[in-house]
Amino acid sequence: MASDAKEWGLLAEFENPAAIYHACERVRDAGFKKWDAHTPFPVHGLDDAMGLDRSKLPYVVLVMGLTGACLAMLLQWWVSAVEYQMVISAKPFFSWQAFVPITFELGVLFGALGSVFGMLGFNQLPKFHHPLFQSARFERVTDDRFFISIESTDVRYEPEGTAQFLASLGALAVERIGDPNAK
Amino acid sequence: MSAFPDYPNGYDVPGERSPLVTKRDKFHEITEDVCRVAEMPTPKGWYLLFGFCLSILGVLGISIGYLVWQGTGIWGLNNPVGWGWAIVNFVFWVGIGHAGTLISAILYLFRQKWRTGINRFAEAMTIFAVMCALVFPTIHVGRVWLLYYVFPIPNQMAAWPNFRSPLLWDVFAVSIYGSVSILFWYVGLIPDFATLRDRSKTTIRRFAYGIVALGWRGSNRHWQHYEIAYLLLAGLATPLVLSVHSIVSFDFAVSQLPGWHTTIFPPYFVAGAIFSGFAMVANLIIIARWAFKLEHIFTVRHLDNMARVILLTGSLVGYAYAMEFFIAWYGQNPNESFAFINRAFGNYAWAYWIMVSCNVISPQIFWSRKARTHMPTLFVVCIFVNIGMWFERFVITVTSLSRDFIPSSWAYYSPTFWDVSTFVGTFGLFGTMMCLFVRYFPIVAIAEVKAVTPAADPHHPMYEQHAPEEHEEETFDAPLAAVAEGAE
Repeated sequence: MASDAKEWGLLAEFENPAAIYHACERVRDAGFKKWDAHTPFPVHGLDDAMGLDRSKLPYVVLVMGLTGACLAMLLQWWVSAVEYQMVISAKPFFSWQAFVPITFELGVLFGALGSVFGMLGFNQLPKFHHPLFQSARFERVTDDRFFISIESTDVRYEPEGTAQFLASLGALAVERIGDPNAK
Repeated sequence: MSAFPDYPNGYDVPGERSPLVTKRDKFHEITEDVCRVAEMPTPKGWYLLFGFCLSILGVLGISIGYLVWQGTGIWGLNNPVGWGWAIVNFVFWVGIGHAGTLISAILYLFRQKWRTGINRFAEAMTIFAVMCALVFPTIHVGRVWLLYYVFPIPNQMAAWPNFRSPLLWDVFAVSIYGSVSILFWYVGLIPDFATLRDRSKTTIRRFAYGIVALGWRGSNRHWQHYEIAYLLLAGLATPLVLSVHSIVSFDFAVSQLPGWHTTIFPPYFVAGAIFSGFAMVANLIIIARWAFKLEHIFTVRHLDNMARVILLTGSLVGYAYAMEFFIAWYGQNPNESFAFINRAFGNYAWAYWIMVSCNVISPQIFWSRKARTHMPTLFVVCIFVNIGMWFERFVITVTSLSRDFIPSSWAYYSPTFWDVSTFVGTFGLFGTMMCLFVRYFPIVAIAEVKAVTPAADPHHPMYEQHAPEEHEEETFDAPLAAVAEGAE
């Protein structure tokens, strides 16, 4: 590979959502895989411009929600019909209708936990150190600037060529990001 | 040319939709406007307000301390009125919380983009209101150290809670509602904490905001999961909020008492909750937009929309009051007929008519656009709505209990000093949390507001001339050739 071991990758700065949108389409079409766009807010349509697949998060939430609901029903059945039987209003011990509210609530709780922690898991957050945080320019990513980063480990990465390529997409600036972990 | 008009957006210009944000057309200006609130030197007024709220919180502490020392006998409860201000205040605060979830979750699902300006603030209100609400069920048990009885945990008595009791459903519903609201709020805060982190001038701020921002770096691969997570949380919170106040109403409706035992309670309680909550959000937003000069983000249009929701839900509540009377007559149950005639004309008729005038009559002024967009009017009517909604819970709880089945056991209920001080104290808790929130948190969802500006749309006509030409082959011929060599 042509990439330099001490280099983490390249960071290109763009001015507005339209610029990053069109730049992402070109980076995608150029066949890069280990790259990312960084924006202050979710730019509409950027997932397609980057060629990303749909998030798998809904499956995690579905499984978690059903688990929560099943556990709740199981708990209520075990407590009311097995462990601690009480006759109340001459109703059966396992009067499932009365257990619906808590079943629903626990399903929602587990689903919500699955959604938040699933999201953090997919995103590998929290991650307090990242090579991009070395760049002073990158501080504006949470304000009003849009960035594309391409990692040097991408098979199509080429130190000079990729930098020229990013500049040709209308980038305001292209910066080399060093790898803090390299010896 | 600016994409935003300078005029207030409380009315529609024919042929175009009114903008969601006025006077700001650069992302950086939105960042500045919102972060300024958390970054400016602490104003003197904040210290005054915070000190005041903190002393009221002290009143709550003393009231709870004395209650724990002495027991619930210090309250005005009697026989038959075994449920007094504690349940009234609990339902009042939970109801207020519901507007926050409605704004953040239900309006999100309905793609009501105007909600983005106010949702952070409303969600904060939800969480603090739920905290206030949870005070009452916790302390009303008297022996607070035995509260663990309500949780299904193995204990020395080998006893388990009764899952067929609506009160236990309530324990789960409200605590889960609080937890999910915090999760939802926090997920929304992550990108905005990152904004504050990246703007921090001091190490402490950078460290503190850095920790809570979890290392967010605006990656689109992250936004993709993030947006789905947010959507799913909204989808989960929507049925949750409806279920929570339905379950709160089951506390009453599942009992056998005339005046409580009605099937209209769940929808009626949910409408009332949204009604009071919107009034509270409107009050807080009117104060905040004035205090922090955020008139272009908390716009007149937001308040206009909120006033419309208040008018709608107020009328729904009025319909429910009327329907309760109709059913009492139509059902021909003498106990129920008596309960409702007693409500309107009995010992507590004063409370009933305060409720009707505040909840049903006062919001009717919002049929007028002028009233909806005139801040002092809006503020005063919203205060009335909150008073009225507190009285609604009082009327439901106390009138039904004080005149139960046996006339010999009837009694009049009056609160004591400690009932009042505990309730007032919860406003101290609410105010203290609100003060801390506006001081240290991004009070507007910065990323979301940016995303609804016209400039956020990559296909907006304003970008047409900047878009690069399609297929400029020669500009990246060289790198592609190099890549091809590298791959072989």
